[in-house]
Amino acid sequence: MPKLTIDDREIEVPSGLTVLQACELAGVEIPRFCYHERLSVAGNCRMCLVEMERAPKPIASCAMPVGEGMVIKTDTPTVHKARKGVMEFLLINHPLDCPICDQGGECDLQDQAMAFGFDRGRYAENKRAVKEKFMGPLIKTIMTRCIQCTRCVRFSTEIAGVEEIGLVNRGEHAEITTLEKAVDSELSGNLVDVCPVGALTSKPYAFTARPWELRKTNSVDVMDAVGSNIRVDTRGREVMRVQPRLHEDINEEWISDKTRHACDGLGRQRIDQPYVRRDGKLVPASWEEAFGAIASKMDGLAGEKMAAIAGDLCDAESMFALKQMMNGLGSENLDCRQDGAKLDASTRAAYIFNSSIAGIEAADAVLLVGTNPRWEAPLINARLRKRFLASGLKIGMIGPQVDLTYQVEYLGAGGETLKDVAEGRSSFSDILKNAERPMIIVGMGALARTDGGAVLALARKLADEFGMVSDDWNGFNVLHTAASRVGGLDLGFLPGEGGRDLESILDGAGKGEIELVYLLGADEIGMNNLGKAFVVYQGHHGDAGAHRADVVLPGAAYTEKNATYVNTEGRVQLGRLAGFPPGDAREDWTIIRALSAQVGEGLPYDNLGQLRQKLIEAHAVFAAIDQVQPGSWTDFGAAGDLEAAPFASPVANFYMTDPISRASDTMAKCTEAFVLGKQEGATGTDG
Amino acid sequence: MKVTSYAQGSAEGFSFTPENLEIANKFVARYPEGRQASAVIALLDLAQRQSDGWLPGAAIEYVANFLEIAPMRAFEVASFYTMFNLKPVGKHFIQVCRTTPCWLRGSDGLSEACKKKLGVKFGEVTEDGLFSVIEVECLGACANAPMVQINDDYYEDLTPERMAEMIDDLRAGRELPVGSQIGRLTSSPEGGPQTLQDLPPFDGKAVKMAPEPGSAEVAPSGEEG
Repeated sequence: MPKLTIDDREIEVPSGLTVLQACELAGVEIPRFCYHERLSVAGNCRMCLVEMERAPKPIASCAMPVGEGMVIKTDTPTVHKARKGVMEFLLINHPLDCPICDQGGECDLQDQAMAFGFDRGRYAENKRAVKEKFMGPLIKTIMTRCIQCTRCVRFSTEIAGVEEIGLVNRGEHAEITTLEKAVDSELSGNLVDVCPVGALTSKPYAFTARPWELRKTNSVDVMDAVGSNIRVDTRGREVMRVQPRLHEDINEEWISDKTRHACDGLGRQRIDQPYVRRDGKLVPASWEEAFGAIASKMDGLAGEKMAAIAGDLCDAESMFALKQMMNGLGSENLDCRQDGAKLDASTRAAYIFNSSIAGIEAADAVLLVGTNPRWEAPLINARLRKRFLASGLKIGMIGPQVDLTYQVEYLGAGGETLKDVAEGRSSFSDILKNAERPMIIVGMGALARTDGGAVLALARKLADEFGMVSDDWNGFNVLHTAASRVGGLDLGFLPGEGGRDLESILDGAGKGEIELVYLLGADEIGMNNLGKAFVVYQGHHGDAGAHRADVVLPGAAYTEKNATYVNTEGRVQLGRLAGFPPGDAREDWTIIRALSAQVGEGLPYDNLGQLRQKLIEAHAVFAAIDQVQPGSWTDFGAAGDLEAAPFASPVANFYMTDPISRASDTMAKCTEAFVLGKQEGATGTDG
Repeated sequence: MKVTSYAQGSAEGFSFTPENLEIANKFVARYPEGRQASAVIALLDLAQRQSDGWLPGAAIEYVANFLEIAPMRAFEVASFYTMFNLKPVGKHFIQVCRTTPCWLRGSDGLSEACKKKLGVKFGEVTEDGLFSVIEVECLGACANAPMVQINDDYYEDLTPERMAEMIDDLRAGRELPVGSQIGRLTSSPEGGPQTLQDLPPFDGKAVKMAPEPGSAEVAPSGEEG
């Protein structure tokens, strides 16, 4: 631990840090543009100059490793003069267009020019102008504003793993460019965040709002099962944008493009009042009429003739309330696995990402089974890539053959290969055997099939045999694709005693054995299979479920309610209300609470606090916010033979997986640019 | 106001000739396993020589694929170094040095002579595709200023008249004498040595190591490499 003096104060810091990091630890703020703590050091902006004793000139603190006995001064006339000079140089070619720049108000250059700049320019010559570049449907470029910090180049190369952005030419002619290609990464939205100036800005958000007009609400994301921490920026009740929020154990400081840009879908295709089907057409109705229609259908209907299916975006509270109401009505036909995944809820360890996302950084071998993490959970993929770059993590893959942005040993497509690995016949078996912390990640592509239970059992056996589970390490991981899934499994939104599961519900509905199906935001089931059943759809978007429904109840989207979600790790997180739901729409649990009174099964809570109290009483895991409760390692899965069909990823199009992203204009543009564009050329991720 | 942007290369296919492929593999073999990317400059130069003195986009991408690096990384290198031409050049690619010594000795005249004689501006290629001319910074032959570089060779001690003659000669397909155009040896004084003339030439007698009579004389040193 080197000891150094920073501004006359002695401080001991871990070796390997840079002077800039040591200064931060000492509480001294150093201005910077090119330095970013998660990217490699470039040292090209020179803003972080400090004085070091016995050095002939100021040093770039971001690129200088700490040494024993260093004496650093950050507040001397020399330092101030150096920073002023650097700032003046940076501003030579930077346009003074802050009033029309989207970065205005949250711009590093603007802020630091206030702190370190001159109050007037001395540069009378023409500034250089740089042509705009095309970077795809998400990123708008105004390259004249670029200060060549190369953060975007380093982000795309190191974190996103797509080497498509580069700094070309030299000197005064240096430019950032992609050679007119869209940045083909699921994390490209973060380029806007790493850019310290207004050169890369968000295209969908262009000229819509100023940061000081927005109300910021800390929440969590539901576009995938990662549960990225987000900040929802609203103006009035409209969500203007979604920004990432730091959570080292989940998303670090990145979010995926769907998380960030699907928010325009929150303003389209919304259900803002109840509807009831009359003469084959959905007509607007009042809440009383809608509830009345449901109550009259339920009246006298036996419990086993009713069923409920929860979708991918549901919060735990509404699922809990619906479960209690259905159980109260005598129905055990519940399922939260709308993709038909053969998940086993007997123990928590069977369905969560046991090693935790941050735990990936301890792993030394990973077997991916039936998953395309790049599309199912881009931030988990980014962690895998981070570990791969740091330590050469060995990764084997069974399932779809896709480019994951890191080196993968492709083993095979289906269950046959998994068996080979499990029984030691594959080359990868040795790698797993010799690894200290091996890990298996089982995706829904392997579980959402008729033989899913057998795959789960085989994966469990494999985890046992290759020493993936020990006292301080559990490398058995299930990667979910839906934000609601783990929560649903935790609170047992599953077939009860003698109850039907999804397949059986659909089968029963087709045969007329199930007469009422309650869809809680479930849009991805085969609606044609529902037969003549009376369908109640509660949700926020006019998607497949609402089209089929006989009664539509307008619910709230994830930005419009205070709600609990559990991510794929089993981490309980709170989403917060950022803006009220549109029109007559209400928070989902309140709808179920009101309906329950109408159908004679009044639920015993009148506010969210009471509901949460009941939820925690019934399922203690929900009490530990932001913590992961491990499950016990018991037997799970089902016996059976594996089928020959290859594992396919459940995500066919990253940009459109749920009602919100399907309603989003931005996601449609991304689909066109990154998914459809490639299919025509028959190249890209299909290998 | 200056507008800069990146010039896209042509989309025609490119691949090394068998001879160049052999040379390329030799370059790559100079670097340790896994560090093949280090050969990028050598390979880009090879590709430029093969494709008439400039690098089309297809050639850069070919080199990138050859070295298994992202095309963007090769583009960055190719655009950084000014000796890689990203636009077509003439068969005789004239680079006029314009840095201070050459400029003081009349490089402006050479530039004018080239432009007038060829009827092109800097960076343009003549219609017959034979010539293009650009101004460059110091080529390191200041003692023989002013000078130009045509393809791989230096032509020094020039005058505008000599420059025009040279262009005529090149157009007619005549060989040009490389180096000083006024006959001096490398950068020795014009008209022969001007110092140390009173000393006898070194023959070894003073240190008693005179060559045996009849042995071959030491060959005069040739043109500087």
